[in-house]
Amino acid sequence: MYVIIIGAGEVGRHLGKELLNTGHEVLIIEKEHKVCEQLGNELGSVSLCGDGCEVALLTKAGIARADMFIAVTDEDEDNLAACQIAKQKFNVPRVIAKINNPRNEHIFAKLGIDNVVDAVALILEHIKAQAAISPLVHLLSLKEQELELVLVRVAEGSAAAGKWVKELSLPLDSVVSLLIREGQKSQIPTSDTVLQPGDQLVCLIPHGSEESVQDIFAS
Amino acid sequence: MNVIIMGCGRVGAELARLLDTQGHKVTILDVDASSFDKLPPNFSGTALLEDATDEEVLEKAGIAQADAFVAVTREDDKNAMAAQIAKQIFNVPKVICRIYDPLREEFYESLGLEGISPTVVFARLLKEKLEK
Repeated sequence: MYVIIIGAGEVGRHLGKELLNTGHEVLIIEKEHKVCEQLGNELGSVSLCGDGCEVALLTKAGIARADMFIAVTDEDEDNLAACQIAKQKFNVPRVIAKINNPRNEHIFAKLGIDNVVDAVALILEHIKAQAAISPLVHLLSLKEQELELVLVRVAEGSAAAGKWVKELSLPLDSVVSLLIREGQKSQIPTSDTVLQPGDQLVCLIPHGSEESVQDIFAS
Repeated sequence: MNVIIMGCGRVGAELARLLDTQGHKVTILDVDASSFDKLPPNFSGTALLEDATDEEVLEKAGIAQADAFVAVTREDDKNAMAAQIAKQIFNVPKVICRIYDPLREEFYESLGLEGISPTVVFARLLKEKLEK
């Protein structure tokens, strides 16, 4: 696969390295000369110095035959411009943008870029998961199916504690797929499994139902 | 007319001055406070120290009541993003943005944006002068 990456920051560099290691053809476009040079020393001749939003440069980069285009600079407006050009001018099959300001997600969607990775939201989710602050943590969004894979923790005194799995009033189409209980082997729960405080469940729930699910497991 | 201008460089400040003297209501935004020094002392519009590629900022600037939005920062991508927010999200009737890169300007026109490429305009102007 031929993948063009815009931005050689930490994300762009590591992504490029991984893709190269798995046998893909990679080109990283970076504005800063110095960074470009460093990249050349580190990864070989896989970088092009210039503005990844410039039509002429992208043409030179062979965007017409690119299978994937990923914009991961620290500027949302650059990522938007680059992705719009890749998607709407050059019809690159897969286009992915990193967004640095969570408020921009729906702006990107409205302007035709719906495959985005919200950097801040991801970090927040990981911190929440590690600190066990919130009873619900997002693991993965299946956007096309409008489903969310989440991890929930049964809090002491919550509606879920002491209940059978089948008694939970989860939204329609939810699936409870895994039970993680301290000191035990993780298992697929049955409808007769009784939940204990401290249990963690991996669930598939409809997008947008996070709050109502959270209410079931929070105290 | 109620006009919001993003970018208080030479062009933005001059446009603000012209519109202001004609009695239009002007709001101008820039991320650099010293850029507002270019506005005339008798400027009666509003100057906001904010980044206009943000929905909340645009709301604060009164974009819901704006008749026109002009994006003239020195960065093409910022101009294009703000102009698209103004047009697609806030449905501002008249939206114009400056795009230096002529090829990109063509592309944004295909998306329905009204772009002006100073590169193209100035080159044409020079050519006309030469041919006279």
